[in-house]
Amino acid sequence: MNIFDIIGPVMVGPSSSHTAGAVRLGNAALAILGEAVAEAAVGLHGSFAQTGRGHGTDLALVAGLMGWSTDDIRIPQAFAYAREIGLKYCLKNINAGDAAHPNFVKIHLKGRKGGESEMAGASVGGGQIIIKEVDGFPLEFTGDFPTILTLHEDRPGAVAEVTGILSRRGVNIAQMRVFRRNKGGLASMVLETDQPVDDADIAAVAALPLIRSVRHIPAIS
Amino acid sequence: MQTAAGQAVSFADFCVEFQSKQLELPPDKVIARMAAMLAVMEESITTGLKGPRSKGGLVGGDAQKLQKYLSGKKRSILGNVVGKAVMYSLAVGEANAAMGRIVAAPTAGSSGVLPAVLFTMKEELHLSQSELAKGLVVAGAIGMVIASRASLAGAAGGCQAECGSAGAMAAGAMVSLLGGTPAQVGHAVAITIKNMLGLVCDPVAGLVEVPCVKRNAGAVAQAMVAAEMALAGIESVIPPDEVIDAMDAVGQSMHCSLKETAQGGLAVTPTALALTEKIFGHTI
Repeated sequence: MNIFDIIGPVMVGPSSSHTAGAVRLGNAALAILGEAVAEAAVGLHGSFAQTGRGHGTDLALVAGLMGWSTDDIRIPQAFAYAREIGLKYCLKNINAGDAAHPNFVKIHLKGRKGGESEMAGASVGGGQIIIKEVDGFPLEFTGDFPTILTLHEDRPGAVAEVTGILSRRGVNIAQMRVFRRNKGGLASMVLETDQPVDDADIAAVAALPLIRSVRHIPAIS
Repeated sequence: MQTAAGQAVSFADFCVEFQSKQLELPPDKVIARMAAMLAVMEESITTGLKGPRSKGGLVGGDAQKLQKYLSGKKRSILGNVVGKAVMYSLAVGEANAAMGRIVAAPTAGSSGVLPAVLFTMKEELHLSQSELAKGLVVAGAIGMVIASRASLAGAAGGCQAECGSAGAMAAGAMVSLLGGTPAQVGHAVAITIKNMLGLVCDPVAGLVEVPCVKRNAGAVAQAMVAAEMALAGIESVIPPDEVIDAMDAVGQSMHCSLKETAQGGLAVTPTALALTEKIFGHTI
């Protein structure tokens, strides 16, 4: 905690969890897709679904998908801007189950260049978010650090190969976790790094034999 | 505060120096970043005084009403200083509810308190912008102590943790800016929290509108009352750290229906339930 966590952040109101956090969830979904959004299907759960409209959660999510920051005064007009740039969006209420966080959202995106991604995450208070799922894979990270996500075969050496490449390229890992659905199947590594990661780093990781795919998410401001 | 009491510098300068070391930023850079926050705060007052309507439609225009009342010929109870501070706090609260840009200080729901107190001090007590920036550092330092011993979130501690903390931070900043001692800053913090202890978080329809905006105004008044008492040498019998610990304990024992869930208090009054139905077409 530092003093600017107390005096700050600068944000568009009314709620750090329902507005600022929603913008950041949109930012995270955009970063995971890695290109401009053409179509977005957004599912709102719990308190997001029930009180979201009164907090501008819907506007904030669309603003986030356009890459706007939490203090962008255009947020109340986000829908109009989205229509102007041809971003198609559809918001609906979903029930993600009792175990899901009350401020939970699922975002399916199609990109201008043809990419596709799905992300689920929660706004956990004070504008902080947790990404809970990427492309149907359950995992957990905050977006506060540059993050590398892998989809890889759950076999000995996969983790060592990736961390080896990063260490040789001077990238320090701040936190990392490995998630898998079942033993020996597909697994996902979440690597949060201290240094920004460049395209060459990602290409080097992607070229490893046990790696199926890699996503790179720059830190979300 | 005990450390600060033995220093030759003012409490505000002590806080700036301390934060500068924590952030590894030179003191003038800390002040400059706070000045940037002040600019947003000032802008949020201006936005709110234009009378914007909130997203949920429950608030808006009250700051304007008070402005008109205070500038008229009618007799005022609060006078220029408290009257203006209350007006500014309503303005920022209303700007926030209308999706205007604000500084969460410490939270969005309690964002009206510090701008109100600081800009009233600037205009009515002739303080400079750089003094206000130092006041913001003092407020932030107090907020850090509260956050580390208790909480600043309504969902964790009720409104006492949001508006109560904002009031305590504002009271401490005022005492420090008017030349109070570190001990007096502590008493102002303690008195404010004591007078707001137990305040629940019960937003109508779950929105940061009712009663949040007017609670900011209440917190401003509490902060000013506490600051004036502390400057006069009146002491809190219970020391500030113990008061903050009590606030934490009260927050923990508070039922979850009273902690930002809109399941209790004002949020479940017949009027609130009818409004919720009207806004969302269903109850929460």
